Amino acid sequence: MLREDGTLAPEYDPQLSTDEVLRIYRQMVQTRIIDERLVTLQRQGRIGFHIGSLGEEAAIIGSAYAMREEDWLFPCYREFGAALLRGLPLQRYIDNMFGNANDPVKGRQMPDHYTCREAHWGSVSSPIGTQMTQAVGFAWAAKIEKKQLATLVYFGDGSTSSNEFHNAMNFAGVFRTPCVFFCRNNGWAISVPVERQTASQTFAEKGIAYGVPGVRVDGNDLFAVVGVTRRAAERCLAGEGPTLIEALTYRMGGHSTSDDPNRYRAADEVKPWVERDPIERVRRYLELAGAWDGDREEALREAVDQEFREAVKLAESTPAPELSTLFDDVYRDLPWHLAEQRQELLAGPRAPKAH
Amino acid sequence: MSQMNMVQAINDALRLEMQRDPRVVILGEDVGKVGGVFRVTAGLFDEFGDDRVIDTPLSEGGIIGAAVGMALYGMVPVPEIQFSDFIFPAYDQIVSELAKYRYRSGGEYPCNMVIRTPVGGGIRGGHYHSQHPESLFIHVAGLKVVCPSNPYDAKGLLLASIRDPDPVLFFEPKRIYRAAKGDVPEGDYTVPLSQAAISREGSDVTVLTYGAMLYECLDAAERVAEQGVQAEVIDLRTLWPVDIDTIVASVKKTGRLVVVHEAPKTGGFAGELISLVCEKAFYHLQAAPVRVTGFDTPFPYTLEMEYLPLSHRIVPALLGVMKG
Ligand SMILES: Cc1ncc(C[n+]2csc(CCOP(=O)(O)OP(=O)(O)O)c2C)c(N)n1
Ligand SMILES: [Mg+2]
Repeated sequence: MLREDGTLAPEYDPQLSTDEVLRIYRQMVQTRIIDERLVTLQRQGRIGFHIGSLGEEAAIIGSAYAMREEDWLFPCYREFGAALLRGLPLQRYIDNMFGNANDPVKGRQMPDHYTCREAHWGSVSSPIGTQMTQAVGFAWAAKIEKKQLATLVYFGDGSTSSNEFHNAMNFAGVFRTPCVFFCRNNGWAISVPVERQTASQTFAEKGIAYGVPGVRVDGNDLFAVVGVTRRAAERCLAGEGPTLIEALTYRMGGHSTSDDPNRYRAADEVKPWVERDPIERVRRYLELAGAWDGDREEALREAVDQEFREAVKLAESTPAPELSTLFDDVYRDLPWHLAEQRQELLAGPRAPKAH
Repeated sequence: MSQMNMVQAINDALRLEMQRDPRVVILGEDVGKVGGVFRVTAGLFDEFGDDRVIDTPLSEGGIIGAAVGMALYGMVPVPEIQFSDFIFPAYDQIVSELAKYRYRSGGEYPCNMVIRTPVGGGIRGGHYHSQHPESLFIHVAGLKVVCPSNPYDAKGLLLASIRDPDPVLFFEPKRIYRAAKGDVPEGDYTVPLSQAAISREGSDVTVLTYGAMLYECLDAAERVAEQGVQAEVIDLRTLWPVDIDTIVASVKKTGRLVVVHEAPKTGGFAGELISLVCEKAFYHLQAAPVRVTGFDTPFPYTLEMEYLPLSHRIVPALLGVMKG
């Protein structure tokens, strides 16, 4: 849809206004810059971990943009840019990265494992696949209550091999739940290439067997992603049931800060994808439309950097969560045994700081 | 002899056994070309090829189910589950199938296989890269459970586990994957299953532990020795079937018992060990046994060092049980 030279193939144009494209573009750029900065923070030992979205920004942010504010999104773990777009406050995200006292989940989870109900955003979990069936149930509940809601769930190509993918697709097909399955096919599951996940030609065609329409879209084409996701969401609202979207993209970085992709893939495999860089493509489009230039780019980058630096400064100077918070939220009310254990911890000696 | 860490020792055991026994195959996520996310299977793909060191689709249920099938055929699969936190999609295959095959087939279908999986916290892994779920498997009849604490044992116990006729869950404490180093003999040797090791002799109190917490117990034992308390630290090595004779003999000598593990307290292995001691040596106990364990919460991130039963929490327990 969005040609590599920055022009649009008119037949699929989702009719985004320039302002809309600008908003998404800014979010894509912010996401990329934050990704880079977080990797640096991890290398400096200031945060423990980061899992980034380098190269997948159009798929992640475009799909989130296509959903209405009242709709719900169930994340995998690589979609913080979409969460920010939906209203996750940057400070809250960075507090999670530091696991400090201001982190709403009180430093209980690893970095990039955040929650944001007010943004209609689920709670990130590490175990692969679990969010898919949950999204189906969520959508199903809305359908039972006759609410006009669509639910979108993110997952990777590798996750299509999990038990949960089958369960989710099957339930969604049988009960025609209003959900959008958004598969980020980024070519890799850590070191394992897609050929090891499936013998199907595409992931989209997996929908057929479940009675769920499947679409494959250029995941590096923002316009195509928005168009296809909107169509899937409209189908949800029209009572036409679920859609499986395969967004063909590429994980240009390592799996996470714990991974070194040079161990299993040659650098020139990444090259063609550098040329298809989703951010560059949108920028060329905006430049052609006369809505963007070098000055504006520089101003944006500076603003993003500034905001990020301030958030990090605050997060880093915020202390660790109180010891007693360890025992909160296990249950709604604190049972006797946790009260005892909390007392034991508080009265006992402190652990060495060293990591 | 050569100096190795745990990762190298386990890798050495796998290589040796694959050279010796053509029925041994490895399967799992990222175990092939990249050699495992912890590098435990490094080099094996190049040496043995894609038929014996297999990168699978991302499905623990698929990995273990297929491994069970291979074992039924007569191969000896050694699947890897990338983190023990991710073993649960395979729990059905392990609990309902693997553990019960020999029994339900009257011995016609034994399953000779070893599931290797990293366990434990202290690596900034949060809820899902830190758990120590051994008691969920110890509870299941038909499974053996092993957890080494050093490179020598890791190699010898893994070789023994692969040659054992029954399914073994082999938990590798990842916090000490590289930190625990030691001399490891070249070539073949085994450390028999169900034999504990007395890591430190002492006459006053018996400390039962395993895996990464061994080092915390040894540290605590040194610290209380300064106050005149001699702790006997036992590294269980095989958790189930546990070496009951060594445990009972020690408790009869010391009259006191402290059990240390990372896993949560409630329903944890410590409760079982203390019950066994009460059944077999109750009248030798001079004080109520004590557990020093993880708390009954999900495994935390920022406060993980406060969650773990490290030396600073073991010392007061040892001193306390001496007063009892
Ligand atoms: C049940 C489970 N098994 C294994 C893992 C370890 N793991 C984390 S991410 C990952 C690869 C996921 O690949 P994919 O679904 O393609 O998503 P991507 O990371 O490429 O976005 C694996 C194996 C896990 N988190 N959960
Ligand atoms: Mg992937």
